[in-house]
Amino acid sequence: MNYAQHVLTHLRKDLRLEWRTKDSINGMLFFALLVVVVLAMAFDPASYPDMTRQISGGLLWVALLFAAMTALNQSWARETHNSVLDAHRLSEAPASALFIGKALANFLFVSAVEVVLAPIFTVFYNLQPLGQTWKLLIILPLGTWALVVNGTFFSALSLRTRNRETLLPLVLLPISMPALLAMIQATTAVLTGQFEPTLWIKVLLAYVIVFTTACVLLFQTVLSAD
Amino acid sequence: MAIGKDLSAAPTTRPDGVAPAKPGVSPPPRTPSATEAPAVELQRVSRLYGSFVALREISLQLAPGSSVVMLGENGAGKSTLLKVIAGLQSPTYGEVRIFGESPRDLRGAVAYMSHATMLYDELTGMENLTYFAGLQSSGPQFKGSARSNRSRRARLRDHAAQALTEVGLDPANPRRVGEYSQGMRQRASLARVLLSEPDLLLLDEPFSNLDVGSAHSMITRLLTYLAQPSPSGPARTLLLTTHQAELARPLAQSILTLSAGRLISLQETLPVKTTADEPAQRESVQ
Repeated sequence: MNYAQHVLTHLRKDLRLEWRTKDSINGMLFFALLVVVVLAMAFDPASYPDMTRQISGGLLWVALLFAAMTALNQSWARETHNSVLDAHRLSEAPASALFIGKALANFLFVSAVEVVLAPIFTVFYNLQPLGQTWKLLIILPLGTWALVVNGTFFSALSLRTRNRETLLPLVLLPISMPALLAMIQATTAVLTGQFEPTLWIKVLLAYVIVFTTACVLLFQTVLSAD
Repeated sequence: MAIGKDLSAAPTTRPDGVAPAKPGVSPPPRTPSATEAPAVELQRVSRLYGSFVALREISLQLAPGSSVVMLGENGAGKSTLLKVIAGLQSPTYGEVRIFGESPRDLRGAVAYMSHATMLYDELTGMENLTYFAGLQSSGPQFKGSARSNRSRRARLRDHAAQALTEVGLDPANPRRVGEYSQGMRQRASLARVLLSEPDLLLLDEPFSNLDVGSAHSMITRLLTYLAQPSPSGPARTLLLTTHQAELARPLAQSILTLSAGRLISLQETLPVKTTADEPAQRESVQ
């Protein structure tokens, strides 16, 4: 119970800070909208509805990935400012609670962007899913968590490096490839209705379980590093 | 060098040539029994940054209940020593024990106040303190109250409000910490470190940028804190760095001097209450 309270305490703090500054959401939203609009202008989605269905999953996730990266890069900046991270390192609260609280906050921020982006994306690309649309309610949160949990972890890992803004995409993109593949395939399956997304959802779920566990277990080491 | 344990056993001469502690000058009654583990124990601790040696083979023992002021010029290694003791930095060589354990195994028992506030600029003092109280809520100060009917949030807020009030800040102040004056930031920072009722308090230049009145208020608060019994057992121990030796005198049971990463001396001081003692005290500080 105490652990959950610690997670909740961190989460509440991050939500309050974001509410006051809107650093993450504004940047992400602007970036994601730009990507969607620019890509929609690069080709004419209305003229090629089948092709649009085939590639929309990829476009959506790539837009979200790059947008999330702008926020993830900044997610620990608040903790390093005024050396607050040192206070966390001395605190008796479990380090993993800090990590989970921050990952949950990032998850909520990216989800909020998805909520705004999804209808705009649907309109711009004239999308009419041919598969079971309700499965997107599983794929979107799972995919978002997969991006966010690794992003939060590697963002913390790159805190003490000089080129952390360059380092995060260099580390995060390769390690997110299996998840990215699974979420794109699952989304494409729902949009085209040509194949079942179940296998890809299972792959995504396995990825999420493995990487969440690894990140939670390793975070104490990352936090304690000199 | 050891301090605060058993003054009768203090050596008559020190290897560094510094005058030994004067007989009969014992710290206040917080001095613990000899069987307790030292609050701080450093064995030949060195810390290197690349090729730069910040600390050179420092060996030191502070007994629980000690109140030590650390002096030294800029770059002497004071802040590094505090960080090594706090467990925020590992020693390159040597060993650090806090109450007989590794500092990293003692989360919550050690509090560290640095030059930075360690607070969120976008939150008010009360929000910051409530947040940090929430992270410390398994500490001894919360035991007993868990059975009360009042909500956990209300207890955390009360605890935070009390901590702020004790350092002279208004818990109802709606200003964010980023909008505080330097003195208010220092006091809020002190409230944060005292919130967890730590057994070992490490303060890095707590009086810098403070006017004399604010510094005296801080000293009074620290003296009150040190005089209170610790709920978790060992007597409360203080180690602080400052360039204002005279200001910190009421807290200085002992004075530790560093220079170029070396421990130059660790001396007990005379009581400060009477004017007759002042020359001896000054000599000791110098």
